[in-house]
Amino acid sequence: MSDSTLNEQEESILVDNEKGNFSFPEDYQFDAGTGLSKETIAYISSVKNEAEWVKEFRLKALELFEKKPMPTHWASSDLENIVFDNIRYYLSKGQKPSRTWEEVPDDVKETFERLGIPEQERKFLAGVEAQFDSEAAYSRMKEDLEKEGVIFVGSSEGLEKYPEIFKPYFGKVIPSADNKFSALNSAVFSGGSFIYVPKGVKLKQPLQAYFRINAENFGQFERTLIIADEGAELTYMEGCTAPKFETATLHSAVVELVALKNAKIQYITVQNWSNNVFNLVTKRAHAEENAEVKWIDCNIGSRLTMKYPGVVLKGRKARGEVLSIALANDGQHQDTGAKMVHLADETTSNIISKSISIGEGRSTYRGQVHMPKHLKSCKNNTECDALLINSNSRTDTYPAITTRGDANTVQHEASVSKVSAEQIFYMMQRGLSEGEAMSLAVNGFVNDLLKAFPMEYSVELKRLIDMEMEGSVG
Amino acid sequence: MNNTQAILKSEPKWLEELRNQGTQDYKTLPVPTAKDENWRFASLFSTEAAEFKPSSEPSSQSKDLCLKQSQLLDQSSAESIYLDDHLIKKTSLSDDLKAKGVLYLSIQEAIDEHPDLLKKYFLKQSTELGSEKYFGLHASHVKAGSILYVPKGVEIEDSIINYYWTDTEKGLICPHTLIIAEAHSKISTIDVFNSLSDSNQAMSISVSNIYAHETAHVFRKVIQNFNTKTVSFQLDTTIAEKDTSVKNLALNLGSAKARFENQVKINGSGAHVKMYSLTVAEDQQEFDQRTFQTHNAPNSVSDLLYKNALFDTSRTIFSGLIQVAEGAQQTDAYQTNRNLLLDPRADANSLPGLEILANDVKCSHGATTGNIDPEELFYLLSRGISHRVAMQLIVLGFFEEIIDELDSESLINTIRTLLETKFSAKLS
Repeated sequence: MSDSTLNEQEESILVDNEKGNFSFPEDYQFDAGTGLSKETIAYISSVKNEAEWVKEFRLKALELFEKKPMPTHWASSDLENIVFDNIRYYLSKGQKPSRTWEEVPDDVKETFERLGIPEQERKFLAGVEAQFDSEAAYSRMKEDLEKEGVIFVGSSEGLEKYPEIFKPYFGKVIPSADNKFSALNSAVFSGGSFIYVPKGVKLKQPLQAYFRINAENFGQFERTLIIADEGAELTYMEGCTAPKFETATLHSAVVELVALKNAKIQYITVQNWSNNVFNLVTKRAHAEENAEVKWIDCNIGSRLTMKYPGVVLKGRKARGEVLSIALANDGQHQDTGAKMVHLADETTSNIISKSISIGEGRSTYRGQVHMPKHLKSCKNNTECDALLINSNSRTDTYPAITTRGDANTVQHEASVSKVSAEQIFYMMQRGLSEGEAMSLAVNGFVNDLLKAFPMEYSVELKRLIDMEMEGSVG
Repeated sequence: MNNTQAILKSEPKWLEELRNQGTQDYKTLPVPTAKDENWRFASLFSTEAAEFKPSSEPSSQSKDLCLKQSQLLDQSSAESIYLDDHLIKKTSLSDDLKAKGVLYLSIQEAIDEHPDLLKKYFLKQSTELGSEKYFGLHASHVKAGSILYVPKGVEIEDSIINYYWTDTEKGLICPHTLIIAEAHSKISTIDVFNSLSDSNQAMSISVSNIYAHETAHVFRKVIQNFNTKTVSFQLDTTIAEKDTSVKNLALNLGSAKARFENQVKINGSGAHVKMYSLTVAEDQQEFDQRTFQTHNAPNSVSDLLYKNALFDTSRTIFSGLIQVAEGAQQTDAYQTNRNLLLDPRADANSLPGLEILANDVKCSHGATTGNIDPEELFYLLSRGISHRVAMQLIVLGFFEEIIDELDSESLINTIRTLLETKFSAKLS
C-alpha cells in the first residue's frame, strides 16, 4: 500500500474518531442544578408536570438509593470516584419532541446531523427518537405504524397518555430496589422510549433511539420500557455518544422489556460513549411462553461500563439470548455479561460474549445462569472468548451457574488467547502491514458475532474496531 | 476460648506467637456471610465452631479398632495414624531412606529434633479463599501432623500415608500435613480422613502445605470419607517452583458439609501442576470447593479437573479462579468443572473465573452440568444390561478419567471399590 493511500486512510479514521467530540454552548431553560435531594426530584417532577404516583415512585426510589451501598465488594473500586453531589440530574431546553426535523432547535439538529441520524432514518428506520441530555428532541414514527396502534413515545408521555398500557409493567421487570443504580434511575429518570407493539403486529424495520450527552457533569438517566404483545415482533436499536469532557459524566439507564406469548424482541445497543462516561445500566427482559428476547450489545466507549442484560424466562419454551462484543482500550474497563433466569420448562438460553483488550484496557465477563428445581429440559450455552492484544492488557471472567432439575443442560466455556504470531506472519508475507494484519485478525475474531447484527451496524462496528486497533501494535 | 497455651511440649517462642495470632484471628475475623464472594452459594456454617473441643486420649479399644481399619494399601514407605489428634501409631522409614536424609516427623518430633526446618515452613501459608478465620482456629490448636522432608535427588518409591480419624462427639481435630520436596526429589503421599463411628458429629480443620522446590515431583492424594455428620475444612496450599511437577488428587465422599480450599502458587517457570477432584454427593451433603491457580512466572502449565456426581438433595459448589500475573507469558492454564445431576432435586453451582494480566497465554475454563445422556443409557439397555448396572457403569465411567491418573494399581482398586459400594446402595 502506498503512503498516500495510507494517509488517506488515517485521515478518514481521524475524522471518524472525533465524530462525537463536539458540544454546543449550554442554554438550558430547565436545570435542576447539581446534587441530588428531594427538592431535585420535586423540581424534575414539576417541570414534567407528572402525576402524583410517579412523584411518589421517584421519592421512594431516592430513599432506596440513599440506603443501598455501592456494590464495590464485587465490582470495580473505580465506582467510588463518582461524586453524586457534582452531577447535574436534569437539563432541558424545555423542548417537546418535534415531529418534523425542521422544528428541531438548530444546535440540536446539527448535533444529530453530524452524527448522521436523519440520513439513517431515511434509509431504513421505522421510527426514530433522539434524546439530547434529559429530554427527547425529536421523535417520529412512520404513519402507517401509528395506524396499526404502535406506540413509540418518551417515558413522560408514555406514563401520562397511556398509563393503562405502561403502568402495569413500569418498574416491575426491574424494581427500583434491584441495585443502587436502578434506584438512582428510578428517582431521576427522564427521557428514553416507551414502546408498545399490539398483538400480531410485526415491525419489519427497526425503531431507533439516539442518546447524546451535551453538558459537562451531566447525568443521563433514560428509562425505556418495551412491551411486545402476543405474537408481536420488533427490533430496537440505540446508540450513545458524548463529547470528551474534562470531568466524569454518568449514564445510568434502566431498560425493561416485556415479551408476551409468542412475541419477539431484539434489542441492539452500540455504546460509544467518550472515555469519561461511567456507563452503569440495568437491562432485563421478561419472556412469556414461546417468546424470544435477544440482546445484542456492543460496548466500545466509556470509562467504566457495568452492564449485564438479563432475560427472565417465565413461560414454557421461552428463549433468551445475549450476544455481546466489548472492546477495552487504555483507561477503559468493560465489565459486561449476561443473566439468564430459567423459570419454566423447556426454556433455552444462549450467551456469546467476545471481548478484546487493547493496551492497558481491561474487559470482564460476569454472568449468571440460574435453573431452579422442578424444571425440565432447560438448556443454556455460554461461550466467552477473550483476545488480549498487548502484554499489559487484562481480562477476567466470573460466571456463576446454578443448576438443579431434570434433564437440564448447562455448558460454559471460556478461552483467552492472543493473535498468533503465525497468523500475523502469514498475512504480512502477503503484503499487509502489521497493523492491518492485526486488524484483520481481530475482525475475524468477532466476525461470527458481527453477522448477527443488522448490516448497517456491522459495517459501522467493523470501522470502529479498526479505529480502536489503530496504533495498538508496533 | 482461653488464651492459647503451649499444646505440645517445649514449644518455641515463634510457635507460641503463631498460636496467639491464630487465636486472635479466629476471635476477631467475622463469621463468613452469604455476601462474601468467597462464600457465594454456600449454605452458611450454622454450627458454632466453639462447641467443638479437642478430645482427650482415646480408649485402647478405639485405638485397636482404628489400627485395624487403617489398611488402605499393603505397601507404604511409612505411615502415621492419628485418632482424635492423638498419635497412636507411626512406622519409621527404611534405614536406606533415613541414611539418605529423608525425614518423616510428627510435629512434636520436629520441635524436638529439627526446629529450624519447622520454623521455616510450618503454618506459613494461610488461605486466601475465605476461611482465614478457621485457619486461625487451626493454628491455635494444631498438634497432630506429619512433616515430610525429602532431600535433594532422593526418590521414594512407595507412598507415605497419613491417617486422621475422629471418634468423639463434638470433637475438634486440626490435622496438618507438610511436604517439603527438595530439588530433583520424588515423592507420593496419601492423606486419609475418616470417622471411626457413623454417629459422632466432629469438626475437622485440616491444613496441608506442599513446597515443591526446583524440579521436584510431588503427587498428593487425599481421601476424605468422614461420616455424614462431620463438618470438614481442608485448607491446602501448594508452592511450585521452577520445573516442578505437582499433582493433587482429592476423592471427596464424606462429611455433612465439606469445604475444600485449594490454592496453587506457581512461582517458577516450567512448572506443571495438575489438580484433580472427584466428588460423590448424596442425601443432604454439601461440597463447597474453592480453587485458586496463581501463575506468577512465565512458561508454566496448570490444569484443573473437578468432577461431581450428585444424588438426592445434595449440593456442590465449584468456584475456581485462574490468575495470571503481569509478565507471566506463555502460561497454559485450564480449569474444567463437570457436574452430573442424578436427581432433579440436586443442586450444582459453578463459578469458574479467570483474571488474566498477560497477553501471550492460553487459558480456558469450561463448566458443564447435565444428566445422564439418555442415548448412552439406551445403548446399554438395548444390549441387555439392566438399568441399575447401566447407571453404575455410566457414573463410574464419568470418574474414570480421574481415576486413570492414579499411580498405584492397588489404590485404583481401593478407590473403585469405595465408589462402587457407595453407588450400589444408591443406584437401585
